[in-house]
Amino acid sequence: MEREKAYNFAYLDEQTKRMIRRAILKAVAIPGYQVPFASREMPMPYGWGTGGVQVTASVLGQDDVLKVIDQGADDTTNAVSIRKFFKKTAGVETTTETGRASVIQTRHRVPEDELRPDQILVYQVPIPEPLRFLEPRETETRTMHALEEYGLMHVKLYEDISRHGHIATTYAYPVHVNARYMMDPSPIPKFDNPKLHRMAALQLFGAGREKRIYAVPPHTQVHSLDFDDHPFEVQKWDKACAICGAEDSFLDEIITDDAGGRMFVCSDTDYCNRQCEGVAK
Amino acid sequence: MSTQRDTELPILAVEGVSKSYGEQIGCADISFDLWPGEVLAIVGESGSGKTTLLNCLSAQLLPDRGRARYSMRADGLRDIYDMTEAERRFLMRTDWAFVHQNPRDGLRMTVSAGANVGERLMAIGQRHYGNIRASAVDWLEKVEVDAGRIDHSPRTFSGGMQQRLQIARNLVTGPRLVFMDEPTGGLDVSVQARLLDLIRGLVTRLQLSVIIVTHDLAVARLLAHRMMVMRNGHVVEEGLTDQVLDDPQHAYTQLLVSSVLQA
Repeated sequence: MEREKAYNFAYLDEQTKRMIRRAILKAVAIPGYQVPFASREMPMPYGWGTGGVQVTASVLGQDDVLKVIDQGADDTTNAVSIRKFFKKTAGVETTTETGRASVIQTRHRVPEDELRPDQILVYQVPIPEPLRFLEPRETETRTMHALEEYGLMHVKLYEDISRHGHIATTYAYPVHVNARYMMDPSPIPKFDNPKLHRMAALQLFGAGREKRIYAVPPHTQVHSLDFDDHPFEVQKWDKACAICGAEDSFLDEIITDDAGGRMFVCSDTDYCNRQCEGVAK
Repeated sequence: MSTQRDTELPILAVEGVSKSYGEQIGCADISFDLWPGEVLAIVGESGSGKTTLLNCLSAQLLPDRGRARYSMRADGLRDIYDMTEAERRFLMRTDWAFVHQNPRDGLRMTVSAGANVGERLMAIGQRHYGNIRASAVDWLEKVEVDAGRIDHSPRTFSGGMQQRLQIARNLVTGPRLVFMDEPTGGLDVSVQARLLDLIRGLVTRLQLSVIIVTHDLAVARLLAHRMMVMRNGHVVEEGLTDQVLDDPQHAYTQLLVSSVLQA
């Protein structure tokens, strides 16, 4: 598709992209630290990935291949419209194959495939502050980050165990980055947390409404919080994917009728498709 | 009271602490030594500068002049106003405690009683759920809160229970210096009496040094070894509690003592 010439490459003007790149560089230099940036109005509502889109627009080059996923799927509304947006404003090639993409924008999932050093993963973040639900004051949470006062984060996990008998937080599970900053990994399932640890690809996080960018550089230590007697665990299923038979992927439950029928399928559609092809061959 | 060995150094040595808000004097030129195991009451009417002084002493407010040296566990007397914010906040959640008048200011109302008590332990690095919970149960019993309510929200607690929970939450790390701002204010008399009894027991048993701000002379009489009477930001009289209350010298103290209703 031909690029829409009325817009600058990738929609944002060059000065804005420079401003965002400076924020990204700072974020990469201080893993897990939330860098404020002058978030712009984007032609989409807040909560639909305005932060992720701005980060993507700033790192995108003409030769990049873009993949956009929403809850692991390439074909949901959010993913389709953001992909079309960049096709139109940047004219870049887009793909649904994880292996072919150089920039992957994601909402709520990390692809099942291991990512490579030449790839960038951009997360859409609704609330970047992991301490927010326990401490509403921004001045206070900033001080807590500055002084590394993170006891409060364990209070949240304590509450989970006392109420449910186990750590019931299943998404946006707090992590300690590079043994320094407490970070919200965005609402990804905790199933994906281990993938963040020492990932070869660069991970960028953009929060448009909250005007924050943070990053996890390649091969950085990312530790999921836990207690000595309640160690961190990821979700497990006793079923395999009903479509491709994969047993190692994150499964979505799909209701198939109103009589209690249900099936479990891979949330990563690209991974599922390739598993099917592999089986067919 | 404390042993001779403990009393060689004051736990808090305050010299010439002054704080004003523009023209308005908060507190002026306050000096005193607090010794280990001692309970000092600061009394006076509303607006006399008691709370300003307490906030200065607990380093929540920086005074215009003066210094307050605290006897650190490791390195002796150090001026709390020269410390970094990180050091002060560390003291505040380990060696010090602050009991607010309104328990809602001191408690985290959105999490359970157990989490409230455990928070300081997690803040100093305890990472074993079972041990944290055991400490919480232990402390709830010490402050006479039914341990069966450990998972309940403090919102469901009565005022007196909330205040006792706040005390447990503060004392769990074994602090040596406790600041109290009208701890019995807003409670009915029978609950007040029980709370005072509890505080008195804990102070003696744990050898706590306490600075307690109150307008209630009965509270001072029951808890304090020594008291300071404040008016318009100045200390007008100080001495042993019984001495000040039974034989007040300053006109204002005489007024204060004679204003107490006899039941």
